[in-house]
Amino acid sequence: MSSITLKVNGRTHTLDVDPATPLLYVLSDDLELRGPKFGCGLGQCGSCTVLVKGQAIRSCITPVKSVEGSEITTLEGLGTIDNLHPLQRAFIAEQAAQCGYCLNAVILTAKAFLDKNPRATEEEIQQGMSGVLCRCFTHVRMLRAINQAKQEMSR
Amino acid sequence: MTTGSRAGDEVTLTSDARGALERAGFSRRDFLKGTGALVVSFSMGMIGTAAAQGVLEGGTAGSPPAGEVDSWIAIGADGIVTAYTGKAEIGQGMSVAQMQLVAEELCVPFDRVHLIYCDTALTPDQGVTSGSQSHPANFNRTNLGQAGATAREALLQMAAKRLDTPVEQLIVADGVIRVKSNSSQSLTYGQLVDGKKFSLKLDANAKRKPVSEWTILGKPIPRPDIPAMVTGQFEFAQNVRVPGMLHGAVVRPPEVGATLISADESSVAGMPGFVKVVVKKDFVGVVAQKQYQAMQIARSLKVTWTPGSGLPNQASFYDYLRNLKPVRDTLMVNSGDVDQKLAEATTVVKATYLHPYQMHGSMGTSCAVADVQGTKATIWSPTQGVWHQRSTLAMLLGLKAEDIRVKFRRGSGCYGINGADTVTYDAALLSQAVGKPVRVQLTRKDEMAWENYGFAFVIDARASLDAQGNILAWDHEAWVPVRGNRPVYSFPGNIITGLLVGFQPEEFKPRSPAPEPTTYNNSSNGVPSYCAGQVGGVARGTGTIKSERSLLHNVMSPFWTGPLRSPQRLQNTFGQESFMDELAARAKADPVAYRLKHISDSRLKDVVEAAAKAANWDPRPSPKPRPSKTGVATGRGFACVAYEGNNGYAAMALEVEVNQDTGKLSVKRIFASNDVGPISNPDGLRNQVEGGALQGMSRALMEEVSWDDRKVTSIDWRSFHSLPLGFDIPIIESVLIKRLEGPASGSGETSITLVAAAIANAVFDATGARIRQIPFTPERVKAALA
Repeated sequence: MSSITLKVNGRTHTLDVDPATPLLYVLSDDLELRGPKFGCGLGQCGSCTVLVKGQAIRSCITPVKSVEGSEITTLEGLGTIDNLHPLQRAFIAEQAAQCGYCLNAVILTAKAFLDKNPRATEEEIQQGMSGVLCRCFTHVRMLRAINQAKQEMSR
Repeated sequence: MTTGSRAGDEVTLTSDARGALERAGFSRRDFLKGTGALVVSFSMGMIGTAAAQGVLEGGTAGSPPAGEVDSWIAIGADGIVTAYTGKAEIGQGMSVAQMQLVAEELCVPFDRVHLIYCDTALTPDQGVTSGSQSHPANFNRTNLGQAGATAREALLQMAAKRLDTPVEQLIVADGVIRVKSNSSQSLTYGQLVDGKKFSLKLDANAKRKPVSEWTILGKPIPRPDIPAMVTGQFEFAQNVRVPGMLHGAVVRPPEVGATLISADESSVAGMPGFVKVVVKKDFVGVVAQKQYQAMQIARSLKVTWTPGSGLPNQASFYDYLRNLKPVRDTLMVNSGDVDQKLAEATTVVKATYLHPYQMHGSMGTSCAVADVQGTKATIWSPTQGVWHQRSTLAMLLGLKAEDIRVKFRRGSGCYGINGADTVTYDAALLSQAVGKPVRVQLTRKDEMAWENYGFAFVIDARASLDAQGNILAWDHEAWVPVRGNRPVYSFPGNIITGLLVGFQPEEFKPRSPAPEPTTYNNSSNGVPSYCAGQVGGVARGTGTIKSERSLLHNVMSPFWTGPLRSPQRLQNTFGQESFMDELAARAKADPVAYRLKHISDSRLKDVVEAAAKAANWDPRPSPKPRPSKTGVATGRGFACVAYEGNNGYAAMALEVEVNQDTGKLSVKRIFASNDVGPISNPDGLRNQVEGGALQGMSRALMEEVSWDDRKVTSIDWRSFHSLPLGFDIPIIESVLIKRLEGPASGSGETSITLVAAAIANAVFDATGARIRQIPFTPERVKAALA
């Protein structure tokens, strides 16, 4: 165990954890955040995605020590019910969810991608989402929501 | 748009209502005593009557014991309606439709309805949430909808007395009853309840609102849970945290059939966070302070196992199934003349279709929290059957069922029995061993390697045609391996953890030959849609073919099996709808016209015509002339089904591109028509149709459980494939048939049932090559093209 300082959604936390612990477990167990989720623990599905310095990373395979001091944003930090991010608003408008477990992966991966590629075409967006799984197969609505949010984000 | 406070499940309660429940412990009766309410419960006197069948179907087979919850709806003095349902929101959008149903029948605004679902201390036993039965159960039978109508009629009677006006002179809207001729004379539901307690029995004769008068049902009301989900506020089972909670992890056997020799606690006793190693027969688990610690300890624990029992060779598995003994045979229909008709026919067509084991493969691995303290237990579980859990947990833990409370918490989408039930057992066993609350979330490998897979299938189809190409006889024969199932009320051994602690799966009962069928039941779609379905002199099928036989051979599976979205219906339909296409080709007929010619049911005909029209279907036989044997060929395919015989009617036309050089398939457009009776929420229905279509594509194109000679080798997303968001996604157009009369049918499993056959038929149309084995991998497509 050692003392680690994390900056999550604009707040600073000092935690006593094993530095090799993957970031996901610190976020969901120590900080009790509900956005990042355990899906595979192997970096394959995206459920655990968080943004670190604007990049979408898979927190289940990222040692907590490696992101010490970096600004970390989880789905909770993207926007709130009273102040929704355009992506969140578009997902509600399109009813782009079934069970909702993958939403964290889909929304945060889309956020990082659109920030970097604000003029991406539909095909490029789909390509950008190629590493994310949704087992309810809500693909059609999710891609529609992302394209809709893109319009608002690039305004 | 309703946001925030009403998202989630218990969150759907107002804070006042929740506070009242908390104060009352688990007894809703006490809570209601304090505040005044009108409560509709199901009448004990009705048990056993036809009207009560809906209550009992899939539920307890007898009167609920004294003290068991029995209410459907409570209207508080504040006018807030609390509805209790035993059908869970598992991501399919059921909660919004159930809230619409209650609001509609009670004539109250949608957002005044609060839903409490699946808690053994609060909600009625409606069996499991499965089989596209949730909406039919609450909509058609003596459940939620009828409870709403009962309450509305009772409130009208009360108002009639108070206002001294006949009921016929009253109108009700938005929870207010008014005198027609003088709208200033009115009473709200809250005023009528007014702190007093009214206990009503469910009235099976209470009049339901006709579809033509709907103002809330039939509207695409948004789901109230989505805002919380997109902002990371929603509490999944994976997010449940209780005070003093520890984390557990399990150590499954390394091979199928391996049994425990020893587990060496000293190998991990010094690791950070270590609490305990728990062994119970072949069940091995560990408890630690934190989740990651528990996972590390489970990985490091030195465990010695016997060798496994060995597995049949996957390459020859379908032949193995055909020859496996013992067998349990079941006849769905048997006209008795099929062999003779086939023997004397000039044209006989035969084909064999193969379907692999597939897995539910939830996005999130299954997770549960259990708090077993002495003789009492509280469980937070994503199970589809809280009452089944309670009953089997009692067996597992040696507790009384009434001392166990199981609260449903939504997990990751399950599509049938994923690891939800087994992980609940895991958490309960570990919690009992340490006397503290324990949370367990399975690893990806443990989720995938030990779940109850969707059935592998071998189908032999045979048919004879007359000189005009009409089908004279159809013989459908299937081999299906089974082992375990949902645990239901008394078989914890139907899933892996139950077996590891010593319970046996439900016994396999050999039977051959099959007895003659005495009732017609096509709930597994074993009887093709084109058959007459004649049993006991009455034809209940949807087709015209009178010489018919459908024979099922169940054999013992080396792996656990259980329902996976459209269980057996999808596999049977893949075989039947592919075969129908082969017959149409043999008859040189247009596949749609040929289907219509052999269908007698008007609802099935309607969906076939609707899908063909939407697709702008060009009537001609398949295959179409093939310009080249290389490059990309395009084709169209069709399939239809009367789901479970009569629980939803669906048809699908789709277009594919076949890359003849690589064998890669690409579905470009899907037209899906559905007739599921009156539609409660059209947007929710479209969401199910779209998701089902793509899940069906993923299953048809790439999903297959693999194994070696000792163990399952599909243990992650590299070894079990699922169509990712980046996949070439088709345009999906859904056509919803408007039905204003009749019962509501299931809709969660219709479109998925059709995709594989429609794709295979489209590949045939494009290339003249027939693929009869799922998944349609590029290698298999290339082999078929060669």
